[in-house]
Amino acid sequence: MSTNLIKRLDEARKKRDVSRLAEAIPYAKWMLIAPETTTGELLTRMRYHETLIGNTHLPAIHGGTLGAMLEMAAIFHLLWETDAQTVPKIVNITVDYLRSAGPRDVIAAAKVTKQGRRMVNVFAEAWQDDRSKPVASASAHFLVQSDDTLPSL
Amino acid sequence: MPTPPLTTPEERVALFQQLFSDTIPHNKALGIKVLAVARGLASMRLDWRRELVGNPETGVLAGGPITAMLDSCCGMAVATLLREPKPFATLDLRIDYAKPADPKKPVIAEAECYRITRSVAFTRAFAHQGDPKDPVAAAAGTFMLGTKGEVTRSQLVSQELNK
Repeated sequence: MSTNLIKRLDEARKKRDVSRLAEAIPYAKWMLIAPETTTGELLTRMRYHETLIGNTHLPAIHGGTLGAMLEMAAIFHLLWETDAQTVPKIVNITVDYLRSAGPRDVIAAAKVTKQGRRMVNVFAEAWQDDRSKPVASASAHFLVQSDDTLPSL
Repeated sequence: MPTPPLTTPEERVALFQQLFSDTIPHNKALGIKVLAVARGLASMRLDWRRELVGNPETGVLAGGPITAMLDSCCGMAVATLLREPKPFATLDLRIDYAKPADPKKPVIAEAECYRITRSVAFTRAFAHQGDPKDPVAAAAGTFMLGTKGEVTRSQLVSQELNK
């Protein structure tokens, strides 16, 4: 499954260019969500564009898009920072909404909370201008070694 | 602003379509269609599109668009129960991805707001592709009521259902 993404991952690792990962995922391209390593740390950025808005009065970015980008941040982290040979399958995700997100880029970082043989727990946090003031955080479970028919990228 | 009473389910769906999809840029971009609305209940549809796919080899939708629809659908269920108009926002949202969505088929969300207090509303939702007993995803969302900001037209909408 997802041989193309794993191929891209190998290419990206060889060229040390993580941004290639997003190119293999149509939804990430459409949402302008891409990983970057410009600061040395693996981060995932969702570039602001008007169709992210969920509340035009505030204005604020749609909560669903924050959940989506935290999920992508967790996946990019697993692909890039762990020795992934297969594409992780998401089991579930819980998103906490901490602050309203304004019409600007959103950046997220992820870390593995617990790595099991089959199951991984990942924590991800998203912010805008100030990393100490996160707009949302999430914890998610992924199956990394399984033939189960769960959604996989 | 007084509006004439909505007498038919079609009129209600048209109003909710306008307030919860057409005027919300992200929902409009996803192409979300409101299917049904009643007090405490909301239903929406998301059509399959190439841009929303996570894995181009299988054509399976990414989790993101389903998450966004479930969030919106739970929010709409909350709006139908507000006794007085007030701004609200998602506090937390859990999504269980039960199985991959079949490619090229629409995904239907059905949400229920089963409890509402002065400060918090509790919701549950399922996403399926025709058989509600065979869901692709399940959601539990909690909403904080009386958050910052002005009351929007969509938060006034429960009054339409009382008529």
